[in-house]
Amino acid sequence: MPRGKLKISRTPLPKIPTGIDGLDEVTSGGLPKGRTTLVCGSPGCGKTLLAMQFLAHGALQYGEPGVCIEFEEAPDKLTANVRSLGLDLRDLEKRKKLLVDHVRIERNEIEETGEYNLEGLFIRLGHAVDAIKAKRVVLDSIETLFAGLSDAAILRAELRRLFRWLDDRSLTAIVTGERGNNGLLTRHGLEEYIADCVILLDHRVNEQISTRRLRIVKYRGSAHGTDEYPYMIDDDGMSVLPITSLALAHKASAARVSTGVSGLDDMLGGKGFFRGSSVLVSGTAGTGKSSIAAKFASAACARGESCLYFAFEESPSQIIRNMRSVGIDLEPRIQKGLLHFHAVRPTSTGLEGHLAGMQKLVKQLRPNVVVVDPITSIVSVSGIYGVKSMLTRLVDFLKVQQITSMFTNLTFGRNHEERTEEGVSSLMDTWIVLWDGERNGQRTRGLYVVKSRGMAHSRELRELVVSHKGMELGNVMTGDGLATSGVG
Amino acid sequence: MNKSLTKKRRTTKRARSNFWELRLYIAGQTPNSIVAIANLKKICEDQLKGKYRIEVIDLLKKPQLAKGDQIVAIPTLVRRLPPPVKKIVGNLSKTERALVGLDIQPAR
Repeated sequence: MPRGKLKISRTPLPKIPTGIDGLDEVTSGGLPKGRTTLVCGSPGCGKTLLAMQFLAHGALQYGEPGVCIEFEEAPDKLTANVRSLGLDLRDLEKRKKLLVDHVRIERNEIEETGEYNLEGLFIRLGHAVDAIKAKRVVLDSIETLFAGLSDAAILRAELRRLFRWLDDRSLTAIVTGERGNNGLLTRHGLEEYIADCVILLDHRVNEQISTRRLRIVKYRGSAHGTDEYPYMIDDDGMSVLPITSLALAHKASAARVSTGVSGLDDMLGGKGFFRGSSVLVSGTAGTGKSSIAAKFASAACARGESCLYFAFEESPSQIIRNMRSVGIDLEPRIQKGLLHFHAVRPTSTGLEGHLAGMQKLVKQLRPNVVVVDPITSIVSVSGIYGVKSMLTRLVDFLKVQQITSMFTNLTFGRNHEERTEEGVSSLMDTWIVLWDGERNGQRTRGLYVVKSRGMAHSRELRELVVSHKGMELGNVMTGDGLATSGVG
Repeated sequence: MNKSLTKKRRTTKRARSNFWELRLYIAGQTPNSIVAIANLKKICEDQLKGKYRIEVIDLLKKPQLAKGDQIVAIPTLVRRLPPPVKKIVGNLSKTERALVGLDIQPAR
């Protein structure tokens, strides 16, 4: 440093990527470099997995070997844990990428006979770090020390010394703790020692469906999202689902895609939907929503584009059979590999599970067009607020990929429609309502476009004619002899 | 002949079960460690005269040995013989506790 000058650095707090999907986004870069982060949560929330993933990614992707001081899990359990990430712990240890030291403290074994400190732990940690030149450290879970040794004053002093020790060596560390009660984040108040970053993992069960949420309670020196983010644990380990960039950053395409229904394209500025836009098709039971979706999918395939059809209510074979009865043959599309059905029971997993699963499949198959039929089933799984958040993420995700998406929604009549769609319809660029009523003693179907952003669209209520020959839009329906039921 | 052999075996076994092997783990010659060594010597002289052996392991010199006996606190005293293995933590200034921890019947 030049003599007589004091330079004040304005560089932001350096961060180190965790390699965990979504977590680096949510923290804007990862965990604070050279500092200690506390990850706390109730048993089973995935803190050990998060910590091990942090170490594994560090070693494999960022060239930073890691040490794990494991207080809780037995060696074989930890190995199994790491295997669930698709990694072999033994192999990583052999390659000196990872080193695990299992520390056992049995309360009944230890009689405290006078003054002591935890230098033994420091020595083991230092030895391990030096052995593989580690840059990352995990202490899982350090609260076990509190259970094993009873002198709280000594423990406190040593914990402080430990975190200083880690800081002095610029080791980026994760310390795990168990969720406490009485307003404490951790059982023994670990959060008072860790000033830099605290992440809370929450695992709730709501109506038999488990949801996991991650929240950054504290991140000193860094702007961070304060919301709860859903996270998932699957075959690839843990992934956090942040809200992707909002529509404001999306590229809006001027290209148009056909709806597949003759006459409907005309109603939409003569050309159909915008590519990459989101479409909502709602209506009461039996109004033909799935048929519209099938027509849309079929039209895409006819253009040589691929379609991914998420079926939440009916099995694919049922859909194919039903569509055949209205003159839509989906088989050849499937044969050509252009149409992919993915049927899921809505209650099979929580919203995050659905969202993650859908994103994964979309990334894998790269369709041009996606159909979700119906989203109503998912609404029933969780409350409306959860759904809106999930749909926002999904719609954003699809828009960024320029995938045109269609969502069908079952409505139950005027009041329900307003309630369920209040939030959902605002996410959609185009909203088509299917109408069902009586006219001169006959049930008639109609269709109208509520909105379609960015284009002039028809405001007419047109008759929807469905027969075994197919589906098309008929005449404009005037008020004579019409008795409405359901949709208003 | 058999009788005398069995007698010899029995005596050796008894003698062995009366022999104490104690291992004291320290981390450098800190004041507390020196106190612990001194306390340990006194306890052994008072309670186990003639039938003990103390081994002092300095983890600063041999850090790899901490893992084997699962040492976290310093000083830790491990009773290796007679079985079962017992571990006590601290500088042994609380003699009563030390005796309980080591499971030594105090010699009156």
